[in-house]
Amino acid sequence: MIFSLVLFCLAPALKFYSRRSPKLRALIGAKNFVAQIQVKDGSRSRWYRFDGGRLESGAGLHDSPDVVVKFKTPKLGVQVLLHLCSGMFHPVYPLLRPFLNPLTVLNAAKNFGFEVQGDDEYSLHFTDLMNAMLTHHWRQGTPVGDGETRYVNQTNGGPVFVYVKDEKIVRMTPMDFDTNDAPAWTIRARGQVLTPPHKSTLSPHGLASKSLVYSSKRLLYPMKRVDFDPDGERNPQNRGKSGYERISWDEALDLASNEIKRVNRQHGHGAILNSHSSHHTWGNIGYYLSANIRFMNAIGYTKMVLNPDSWEGFYWGAAHHYGYSMRMGAAEPYGQIEDCLKEADQIVYWASDPETTCGSYSAFEGTVRRQWAKKLGIKSIHIDPYRNETATWLGGKWIPIIPGTGPALAHAIAYVWITEDLYDKEFVENRSTGFEKYAAYVLGDEDGEPKTPEWQEPETGVKAHVARALAREWGSKKTYLSCGGKGVCFGGANRSATGIQWARAMVCLMAMQGLGRPGVNFGNLSVGAPLDMQFYFPGYADGGISGDMEGTADAVQNYQRMPHMISMNTSTQKIPRLRIPEAILDGETHGYPTDPKSLEGQFMRFGYPAPGHSKIRMMYKYGGSHFGTTMESNRLAKAYQSDGLEFVLNQSIWDEGEAKFADLILPACTNFERTDIGEWASSGGYGHHNFNQLNHRVITLQHKCIEPLGESKSDFQIFLELSQRMGLSAYFGEAKTEIQWCRDQFLSSDVAKRISWKKFMKKGYYVVPPEENEANRAPTSMRWFYEGRKKDVPEPSPLPAEYGEKYLEGLQTQSGKFEFEPSSLKRFGQDPDRPPINRYIPAWEGRQTKELLHKYPLQLITPHPRFSFHTLGDGKDSVINDIQDHRVLIDGHYYWIARINPIEARRRGIRHHDPVRLYNDRGSVICAAVLTERLMEGVVHSFESSAEYQPVGEPGESPDIGGCVNVLTPKRHMTEKTSASAPNSCLIEIERFSLEELAS
Amino acid sequence: MSKWNLIVDVAECHNCNNCFIATKDEYVGNEIKGYSAPQPLHGHKWINILTKERGQHPMVDTTYVPTMCNHCDDAPCVKAGGGAVEKRPDGIVIINPHKAVGRHDIVESCPYGAIWWNEELSLPQAWTFDAHLLDRGWKEPRCVQSCPTGALRAVKVSDEDMAALIAQESLEPIRPDLATRPRVHYKNLHRFTKVFLAGEVLGSKGGVNDCLAGARVSLNFGETQIAACETDAFGEFRIDGLGQDLGGCRVEISHDGYSGETVTIQIKGDSVVIGTIVLKGNP
Repeated sequence: MIFSLVLFCLAPALKFYSRRSPKLRALIGAKNFVAQIQVKDGSRSRWYRFDGGRLESGAGLHDSPDVVVKFKTPKLGVQVLLHLCSGMFHPVYPLLRPFLNPLTVLNAAKNFGFEVQGDDEYSLHFTDLMNAMLTHHWRQGTPVGDGETRYVNQTNGGPVFVYVKDEKIVRMTPMDFDTNDAPAWTIRARGQVLTPPHKSTLSPHGLASKSLVYSSKRLLYPMKRVDFDPDGERNPQNRGKSGYERISWDEALDLASNEIKRVNRQHGHGAILNSHSSHHTWGNIGYYLSANIRFMNAIGYTKMVLNPDSWEGFYWGAAHHYGYSMRMGAAEPYGQIEDCLKEADQIVYWASDPETTCGSYSAFEGTVRRQWAKKLGIKSIHIDPYRNETATWLGGKWIPIIPGTGPALAHAIAYVWITEDLYDKEFVENRSTGFEKYAAYVLGDEDGEPKTPEWQEPETGVKAHVARALAREWGSKKTYLSCGGKGVCFGGANRSATGIQWARAMVCLMAMQGLGRPGVNFGNLSVGAPLDMQFYFPGYADGGISGDMEGTADAVQNYQRMPHMISMNTSTQKIPRLRIPEAILDGETHGYPTDPKSLEGQFMRFGYPAPGHSKIRMMYKYGGSHFGTTMESNRLAKAYQSDGLEFVLNQSIWDEGEAKFADLILPACTNFERTDIGEWASSGGYGHHNFNQLNHRVITLQHKCIEPLGESKSDFQIFLELSQRMGLSAYFGEAKTEIQWCRDQFLSSDVAKRISWKKFMKKGYYVVPPEENEANRAPTSMRWFYEGRKKDVPEPSPLPAEYGEKYLEGLQTQSGKFEFEPSSLKRFGQDPDRPPINRYIPAWEGRQTKELLHKYPLQLITPHPRFSFHTLGDGKDSVINDIQDHRVLIDGHYYWIARINPIEARRRGIRHHDPVRLYNDRGSVICAAVLTERLMEGVVHSFESSAEYQPVGEPGESPDIGGCVNVLTPKRHMTEKTSASAPNSCLIEIERFSLEELAS
Repeated sequence: MSKWNLIVDVAECHNCNNCFIATKDEYVGNEIKGYSAPQPLHGHKWINILTKERGQHPMVDTTYVPTMCNHCDDAPCVKAGGGAVEKRPDGIVIINPHKAVGRHDIVESCPYGAIWWNEELSLPQAWTFDAHLLDRGWKEPRCVQSCPTGALRAVKVSDEDMAALIAQESLEPIRPDLATRPRVHYKNLHRFTKVFLAGEVLGSKGGVNDCLAGARVSLNFGETQIAACETDAFGEFRIDGLGQDLGGCRVEISHDGYSGETVTIQIKGDSVVIGTIVLKGNP
């Protein structure tokens, strides 16, 4: 009875709301078809005929419906339909919620309690139409006068207000919070009351977003390479050279889906590689770990394994001494801001430039805290080949060091501490193992070579007296070590041939100083803010809508909170990201996994091709370009031109780097042109509590600010329409649009307890109140360990089995103590370059490789960039290009910058802003020279990850003018038994370059 | 009558370029009727960050100086404009986007180089202090709102109060010699206009050189001591804010228990890094 009533009401409801919603009206008129909803046995049924914009409905069974929805029982039909419609009743939703169990719907779907029959074209259209009705009254944004509406969105570098007028973005700004938003936290230190401003900060690449939306490099139409014919000549050798022609979406989607089907049929399991970037947009729905994985799992694919490229030395090295595999070897990030401001005397920044790298996604949130530190008299020391921006701004002693030699300086520091009694003997005795062996190495008892300050001087270029003064200062004052930009990890030094040694040395030094003692910890005031750690909102790696139980943290939290269909990749084949070229060109390769659940996961070598699997024949590339982040980048160009690769699809927002190598380009829109949801800097499973770098937790509904430009579509929509062509649309979309998925994410979170969906949707953000009660603030990292107590910081790792004896007692290591001689490395025992005692082994490419040094006498360091993020923000005709310290305009082209000391420049006749050629046996890159005394002799500094890859001639063979300096860096891994990248061990030569050579 | 002023603390600027980008974001592609025509996507730097590197490796510092339209009270552009450039009662100078068409002379009238020529529109353009936003009730221009270090501050005060603030915070115009009475005021500008003297002092005892903390360093001109300081834990010393053309000076370095050293230097244009001075320990 109720079922029939619901079905009866549907047609009048559609008619009624179509008068209010032009979108619904358009959808009703878009296709002529008959939909039918019925009970399986046909006892109750109703049909709906859409014909030229008119809607007719009748009871009973239709002769020839195009789409039929069948429910096992009328009761189930009512439950499902009311659940789907629940969005319409948001004022009374809390009352209805107990009766609308999403699990009922999900269980019915999984067990075929209801089914959808007919062509996906009509079922998807019928779903769209229903959703348009259900959400027609959902409003986003706040009118602010002058015809402008203020929307909210999120970038990789902070949340933004987006002002829109007449369907055009006027401006984007950081957020000034209002009086209704929760206040910032307060810390009391040394008689001062310290509170950050009631606003958000924003990275340059975030602030430049409008120019990226309206970039002339946007891909606005689907395009096919002119000489690619799927039924004839494919001409793979022309990838990267040929032009493109515009085609329709229907043609493009047919081509893509036909190739997916063909490749799977013809070659079998594993033939499709999904290569993706990590961060070209922000949001939990349209993300590589969300919509992308959900689709890929549905078609089966070879997975690209990401090496922990910002964490390398910490993951493959440091973790073996003290655990934290789940954090890739980075230290606990709790309470350090308060402890440092209250207790520390100084901060040693080692390969650490937080004002450039901005933690991870956290813009300039730590900046104000470093200002406080300076005012409170906390000193800074900076160890870096380059006097970086943090050093320049904060001041303090700068110790330039030859790249790749940091471990030698560290051993000399340990030598001074041991011989001058400047270390925490009690900690070493009670909380560590293996110190005697390390001390024996340092003192030279083992190899006859004491690691004195004098010993390290020729290696590092750091004078012995400076090394000694550093060791004494550090050993006699309460010191925070900021190793890497985030303070607890990262840093260019951990991405060199000696990166594992360096990260290991960093944690060993801190153990000698009594890690966890008040004022002695990792950090640079970037992490460890006193925020509410228990307030739940899913981070980006919590899986979004993926349903993926293996590659995301969906299973940890959000699957229970937001019931949705799980998904699973049935292919087990994988390829290390940095070995994609070898996989394609050589047909075989191998790697070591990024498996953070244990210390031993990383030892499990895997090969490609996997037994019984097809080699990859098709690449589905999603997101930003990989050229700028792939060592020996020219390999990738050559791989693309291989005829083993039959089809290349690139789903991209911009025509940059890698898109030019595709056979088919699907144009995606930015996250300002679709709806998404996400919390600032929240990584979920990829970095538990990563948001605690912030002054305010900011959770945003990422408003659809404007319609997609040109014919571009959201990633979700592209995947949905491809799914439709494979009969997978119901599976992929679960009959929900992006905003409905956003609502489900909202409902799964604690935000729903604080603010209604309607308000959240309109205002677009919620600021989570900080932990006010100081007793509830997260304790300081490692204090528990220092004091010999049970672990008390709020992180769920290590997993229970990783504690050797009692849960929460001790570290993840086998002994539960800090291990100067790690048990895990001893047990592995197969990697001569990772000896259990962290011996100094000079880099395999650097000052000690004399023969190569003679040919290429300069060390190239390629830190993470300042004004762009991965490849986001750079190139693409954005305003970032106009920043004088990002690129230099010469003869109409924006050249990437290579920094060099004036003495080295003079030797080569290079003047400021001259075009220069950086080269070695791997290739050459044309850059603009910047002369600076901030760089030591013998070193060239040029940021990595340019978005552009522009070979002037044959791709892979000719000089690049895009600024892709990774063309020059080695593909070699740090050690034989890791997949650790080591781009900062690179020798080059540099010469003045005449641009006329390019023309000839 | 309160008027707008911008205060730029060059010691706090770390060159993030948010001011530059925010201003691009506000004006590129946007026609703001009565205030400004759109800024071209590339080429213009309405906020232009100058860079000054002082000293020699490794004793070097870098100062970033954001520059922009100074909104001068005696503005040469207003004089040259003949009605095309307006001085508002709140101190803001606006180049009228209609009346100034074709007036390249207005670009040339600015001695600071802060007016840019829009080739496509044949129009002189400069930073308007975001007057259109302030007129709508915004509390500060976008460059200030997006500045993460507080290096930029906008204040709307009377001229008397501003004069007091200038005295209190030792603010200076970027080019006092031009005497155009700018409304953009700089703090810590010595990092841009003055030079420093720096060096490293070691103490030698028992054949080992070590950084010597607490050594007294005195900079003397003739018989007069110009400045003095002590070395830090790394034996480093630094005397800043010296005139560029001080000429010949004497640096006297001493420490109890060590022999003293005197070095003669020439300060002429650039900062001076005297390198490493070794004091011999008394037997």
